[in-house]
Amino acid sequence: MMEPPDNGREDIARRLGAAMTVSEARAWFVAEVLPLESVLMQYIQRNWRNQSEIADIRQEVYVRVYEAAQREIPEHAKPFVLTTARNILINRVRREHVVPIEAVADLESLGAAADEPPPDRAVMAREELRRLQLALDHLPPRAREAVVMKQIDGLSRRDIAARMGVGEETVKRHLTNGMRALADFLYGEPTDLRKKP
Amino acid sequence: MSAADLPNASDVEQTAADWLEHRASDDWSEARDAELEIWLAQSPAHAVAFMRLEAAWNRTTRLAALQQPMLRKPLQGTTQPSRRPALKIAAAVMVTAAISVGGSLLAVHQKDQTFATTIGGREALSLVDGSKIELNTDTVLRMANGAGERKVWLDRGEAYFDIKHDAAHPFVVMVGDHRVTDLGTKFIVRQEGDRVEVKLLEGSARLDANSGLPAQSAVLKPGDVAIATADQTSVTKKPVKELTQELGWRRGVLTFDHTTLAEAVAEFNRYNRQKIVIADRAAAKLEIGGTFPSDDVKLFGRATHIALGLRVEDKGNQLVISQ
Repeated sequence: MMEPPDNGREDIARRLGAAMTVSEARAWFVAEVLPLESVLMQYIQRNWRNQSEIADIRQEVYVRVYEAAQREIPEHAKPFVLTTARNILINRVRREHVVPIEAVADLESLGAAADEPPPDRAVMAREELRRLQLALDHLPPRAREAVVMKQIDGLSRRDIAARMGVGEETVKRHLTNGMRALADFLYGEPTDLRKKP
Repeated sequence: MSAADLPNASDVEQTAADWLEHRASDDWSEARDAELEIWLAQSPAHAVAFMRLEAAWNRTTRLAALQQPMLRKPLQGTTQPSRRPALKIAAAVMVTAAISVGGSLLAVHQKDQTFATTIGGREALSLVDGSKIELNTDTVLRMANGAGERKVWLDRGEAYFDIKHDAAHPFVVMVGDHRVTDLGTKFIVRQEGDRVEVKLLEGSARLDANSGLPAQSAVLKPGDVAIATADQTSVTKKPVKELTQELGWRRGVLTFDHTTLAEAVAEFNRYNRQKIVIADRAAAKLEIGGTFPSDDVKLFGRATHIALGLRVEDKGNQLVISQ
């Protein structure tokens, strides 16, 4: 049974609306924004000298984009993501009172970058399998072993630990390392590894 | 950095990975779902990190397909749990096998590529020629592998086609005995039992329906909705805007506008394992509007409760709606 209608109907309606927006924003983020990650990373790397800050900048871009999507889904993901990135870089430049000359120059060229055709996000199935295989090949051997047993063989953490002859905590670490490396490879790797449209 | 007010990205990612690993393990309980939701709601940085890892992790379930040399491309919707692929592969293999019973076509069909989605799944394919095909929920599509041949068979379900026209190599969609030939176009084909529906959004396409004799042919224009059954074909017109709205499934939503509850529920049931049942006829005739995530049955149930004052009972594999 659901809540009776007289129990704060307006509040339920508001929460319902919110839940739908969140769900739509999540779907949009995964389908439209994540496939742009390699483009975004190239853009940030080209324009930011301190490589140790790149993960934080990417996080900030994603957060701002996701927050905006919860209010309204942007019509075109790529220009929206790149413009957000540019604004964040400009703000960081101002905040740190350093003006990396090359950054400013490159920021000017964003207009051209935003006009490029979107990357081929709908990747042909064979290509997707090839990429997944490549991503797996790039994992450290132990992480790869654990990921294969988990995702392909469907083994439990306990069984994986037994087969690898290590403790469950170690398996956990291999799996989480694997997850992070897979995401970096599948979304962050430059486009030349991807199929040309 | 203070202006960003965000936690360290690397720390967040590690915590997100810990959650994801824990959720995929055997010692996960439903009570944990609530804890995870709280963590996700604490900061959008948590939410984006988790979504990103989860999406990549779910993609790897497809690797199971590599163990099936006979059928290299059974596919999953991106949000499916990891246990399901094996089932779907089995189903897709059966489809291929059933088609091959004819005998002489066996060799040809083995060369075809088969693409399949589960209930609630979606899949986008892009072809070398720049054409795009998107598979909706519970769909099986085969693609001819011959050089220069552009031909697919929609064996089940629904797909959206955005085809690069090439007069020398027309793109052909076969649905049973019916044939759709693109003349430079965007269109949707849906198969349900012996009923085939073709909706045209852009350009034009020719439908050769094998609905009895003589064979019927129609050139479809934007807004045309053609329905072919075993014994007749009809073409009606809808505003293109309405057809575009029906494509909400491409981004995971269903949009209704003065839609009867019966129709809305039938749509929802295509996408979910938990089926919605309308317990009385009067309720079925009520109308509902709005945009809903196609995979959230409970949310839709709440909407009918709020908007129409209906009773909603969750019985596990069914959601029963009554007045």
